Amino acid sequence: MKKHIISILIENESGALSRVAGLFSARGYNIESLTVAATENPSLSRMTLVTRGNEEVIEQITKQLNKLIDVVKLIDLAESFHIERELMLVKIKATGDLRDEIRSMADIFRGKIVDVTPTTYIVEMTGPSEKLDAFVAAIDSNSIIEVVRSGPTGISRGEKGLHL
Amino acid sequence: MELSGAQILVQSLIDEGVEYIFGYPGGAVLHLYDALYQQEDIKHILVRHEQGATHAADGYARSTGKPGVVLVTSGPGATNAVTGIATAYMDSIPMVIISGQVSLPVIGSDAFQEVDMIGITRPCVKHNYLVKDVTKLAETIKKAFYVATTGRPGPVVIDVPKDITAPHIKVPYKYPKKVSIRSYNPVVTPNKGQIKKAVELLLSAQKPIIYSGGGVILGEASKELIEFTRALGYPITNTLMGLGAYPATDKQNIGMLGMHGTYEANMAMHESDVIIAIGSRFDDRVTGKLDLFCPYAKIIHIDIDPASISKTVRVDIPIVGQVKPVLEAMLELIKDSSTKPNKKALQLWWQQIAQWQALDCLQFDRESPLIKPQYVIEQLYDVTKGDAYVTSDVGQHQMWAAQYYPFDKPRRWINSGGLGTMGFGLPAAIGVKLAHPDADVACVTGEASIQMCIQELSTALQYKTPIKIITLNNRYMGMVRQWQEFSYECRYSHSYMDTIPDFVKLAEAYGHVGIRIDKPEEVRPALESAFNMKDRTVFLDIMTDRTENVFPMIEAGKGHHDMKLRVAPGATTDRELA
Repeated sequence: MKKHIISILIENESGALSRVAGLFSARGYNIESLTVAATENPSLSRMTLVTRGNEEVIEQITKQLNKLIDVVKLIDLAESFHIERELMLVKIKATGDLRDEIRSMADIFRGKIVDVTPTTYIVEMTGPSEKLDAFVAAIDSNSIIEVVRSGPTGISRGEKGLHL
Repeated sequence: MELSGAQILVQSLIDEGVEYIFGYPGGAVLHLYDALYQQEDIKHILVRHEQGATHAADGYARSTGKPGVVLVTSGPGATNAVTGIATAYMDSIPMVIISGQVSLPVIGSDAFQEVDMIGITRPCVKHNYLVKDVTKLAETIKKAFYVATTGRPGPVVIDVPKDITAPHIKVPYKYPKKVSIRSYNPVVTPNKGQIKKAVELLLSAQKPIIYSGGGVILGEASKELIEFTRALGYPITNTLMGLGAYPATDKQNIGMLGMHGTYEANMAMHESDVIIAIGSRFDDRVTGKLDLFCPYAKIIHIDIDPASISKTVRVDIPIVGQVKPVLEAMLELIKDSSTKPNKKALQLWWQQIAQWQALDCLQFDRESPLIKPQYVIEQLYDVTKGDAYVTSDVGQHQMWAAQYYPFDKPRRWINSGGLGTMGFGLPAAIGVKLAHPDADVACVTGEASIQMCIQELSTALQYKTPIKIITLNNRYMGMVRQWQEFSYECRYSHSYMDTIPDFVKLAEAYGHVGIRIDKPEEVRPALESAFNMKDRTVFLDIMTDRTENVFPMIEAGKGHHDMKLRVAPGATTDRELA
């Protein structure tokens, strides 16, 4: 089933997030990831939600979301050209030869080492989710201590935008 | 004008034009009740249980079209109201529920009678508000009524912490005349292109059917539906929620459809080539098994809620909009169109329908020495000249009322269709009677359902709402028993009660009239005397045939064309009793 990134402009009010999350659990839709933060207009939040489903399910999801009184507007980014980015922080065991190897791997993926201890690195990386997956796969899983990912967020290309 | 939060709330309701509040006091709403005490514009109806308040407000709303208003305290008062809120939500009934809440500083501390009402009601309200600032109270109330009554209507909860209503904190009051919500735009202009396409498809039909639902009643579009249906000359079937929107006694009406709809309505749906669904939502009790639903039909669907369109059944021509303007626009196009309904095809179609009708799917044993529930409803129709408001509970009696009381006017048939809430009928009847004091109001119920909110008999006495309670007493939870008979080899697991109260004495204990009826020949005179007692609530305890079943029926997993019919008159009465 195709991945859909639904970008939602929603009133920045307490409980707005739980209305969205509650809708998904009540109607049996799945949420792969969800990010939310206030926008440049503090009265609005921008929520990016990744879900999967066939065409009918996605249609129902967008209709049901639109029905929520707090939802101002939404778009399914998968329907048009868009930029998608996810932030990842990875804590990796780095001793001996591994230190060079991980540093060069991080370079190849355009990651940044943002914390260094005698035995570990923390690598910061942004990009489409697939790129982050590829980096994690390229590192020996035994040396990964912790992976923290934000879930994707996205924006449509060109002049069009999601605003009031 | 400076007012306290409690005064603001009460004054806002007055300014909103609220006539009745259905409620029950408690700690968190004491300030509010004190403010209510000091005014005379709004009448407060003190129920005996908060569920009763919600159903009474619901009955008021369904019979008038105006929003019902409920006032309950925090904690258990609020949770008791939830069933009634969900009932209203499922049937899209406009309602505003004000629940008390513990004071803002103690929210979240598990305070006495604290419950997260916003969280609990979130999935069963159109919207809800927690008031955190007394200066926003009036605006919030205005918004609540606006949301509840526009678009697809529904219940809205306003949770009001006690300190917001404190008498010593006064702020300027002004009730907004209008309110707009940037994220909520309920009025949509229907798409003209879609309407045109729909009319073309309709006029090309050979075996058309109009399938109309509760949305026609909610949208006050009964008149337009009648004109539209007559202009086309097509058969029409109504959902349980749509009964009365088109006169049931009219020859174009082929009865209710769905699980206990008529054979002709369901067969016509199955065989049709064009269906126009008007304010109906393809509920599972209407469609039967989805894979088998209307295999030959192209479907047009008019609904105010885009999410209702193609939710369960994919439709060919969706039209999002209010039923009334859409039907008006369609009617105009039909009148102006050079294409006319295909007379010849239609004649054949009506002939086919007449054949199905000849089966007389609603026949029942009229010679039985036992009281047949269908007979009771027929007599009720006759005695009230078909002009009563009829509320019902949920189960067999509900289906019989829907089948044997042909409603010719909208808002006369008041039942919990979506949620299927037992206990709805009695409090709803009280709400209806308050709104229509001169009308006959009957509550058709069963001995199981009536016990779920029977305490409201006391409310009926206090507020002098003389209603007639028609209890079809078969000493079973009849619909459960029927399913157990058909699907569980007559294993009647807990579908009967060994101890049923003496309803006559119970009615009398509550200050009403109770009449027990054991024989068919007693039914008519008892109904007549009950409706002649204009100022008394009368409880008719009618001992009906224990084993009677609701027919026809689409069993689970079957399609419209596969109905279970009554085999022969009286055939079901011989089954062994538990």
